[in-house]
Amino acid sequence: MTGNGTEARVVTVTSGKGGVGKTTLTANLGAALAMRGQRVVVVDADVGLRNLDVMLGLENRIVYDLVDVIEERCRLRQALVRHKHLSKLWLLPAAQTRDKTAVQVEDMVDVCGRLREEYDVILVDSPAGIEWGFRYALAPATEVLVVTNPEVPAARDADRVIGLIEAEEKGPARLIINRIKPKMVERGEMLSIADVVELLAIELIGVVPEDQEILVAANRGEPLALSRDGSLAGSSFHNIARRMLGEEVPFQPLRDRGVFERILRFVSPERS
Amino acid sequence: MGFLERLLGRQEPSSGKVAKDRLRLVLTQDRAGISPALLDTLKDEIIAVISRHIDVDVSAVEVTLTGTNRDSSLVADIPLRDRRRRR
Repeated sequence: MTGNGTEARVVTVTSGKGGVGKTTLTANLGAALAMRGQRVVVVDADVGLRNLDVMLGLENRIVYDLVDVIEERCRLRQALVRHKHLSKLWLLPAAQTRDKTAVQVEDMVDVCGRLREEYDVILVDSPAGIEWGFRYALAPATEVLVVTNPEVPAARDADRVIGLIEAEEKGPARLIINRIKPKMVERGEMLSIADVVELLAIELIGVVPEDQEILVAANRGEPLALSRDGSLAGSSFHNIARRMLGEEVPFQPLRDRGVFERILRFVSPERS
Repeated sequence: MGFLERLLGRQEPSSGKVAKDRLRLVLTQDRAGISPALLDTLKDEIIAVISRHIDVDVSAVEVTLTGTNRDSSLVADIPLRDRRRRR
């Protein structure tokens, strides 16, 4: 139990396929939740291939890591790195020079259990794949977010992972569709949000449009969610955070526009 | 794709539609653990069993997996030969 009397949550973010934007999403979601007053720790479970530190701009501040905690070379608190601008956002980095066999399922359950005493939300960034790293990242979860792209290979792998999550009785997972390109959807050249949700048959909790600003922000080590620039992509992270906290937030119109706007876009295509 | 073709409905299905159909098919196969090769085997054996008793139109038999959401079913479409046409 946490200070505010609600049960702390362990939210594992996973995808099956690599490269769908899982780590970027975890960093932004962590920032958005912390900006809403939640005490958040993001756990990089990708031992050997750590990146969440870079996404958060904290790569120069790491002293100890997850494996140091597990192998008792330091206390848990010593390994946690506080975000530069968000006082409620912390990172538990992965070890970079070890591999995933250094972590056991019980270790992750134990570490996350201890974090639950101090934080409201523990976001676990799962490694890609369905092997060992995925197994230990899933084990401590009280809820699971599956990230996919509107592409056949990513959606297929997401479906596989959804099945495994259900088999481990960690479901039902909720879905985030990342990197949707509204203009391509409008032209019928991409799977739509409705297509993916229909076929994967799980609850949708977020849609993030493709936006170069996400990369620009990541380049600087400052997640876009921090900037509050009002962009569609930036606010989509905040909308997911709000939905996670139980708010009813309507999905932003990425595709269906009114007739009037369609005509405007037809008349002056540079608006699109 | 030209405007005229689009108007006349002569265009190929959009790649988004193709992607959806392909995704639906692989998901149905993955979830049921049934490969296209196994479907062929099933089809051959179903034809063999049924034609022992009934005259079926072998070339028109179709065995497919269909599925929406998490339930899938195996559908065998087995047209019968019309007896009246036989001499």
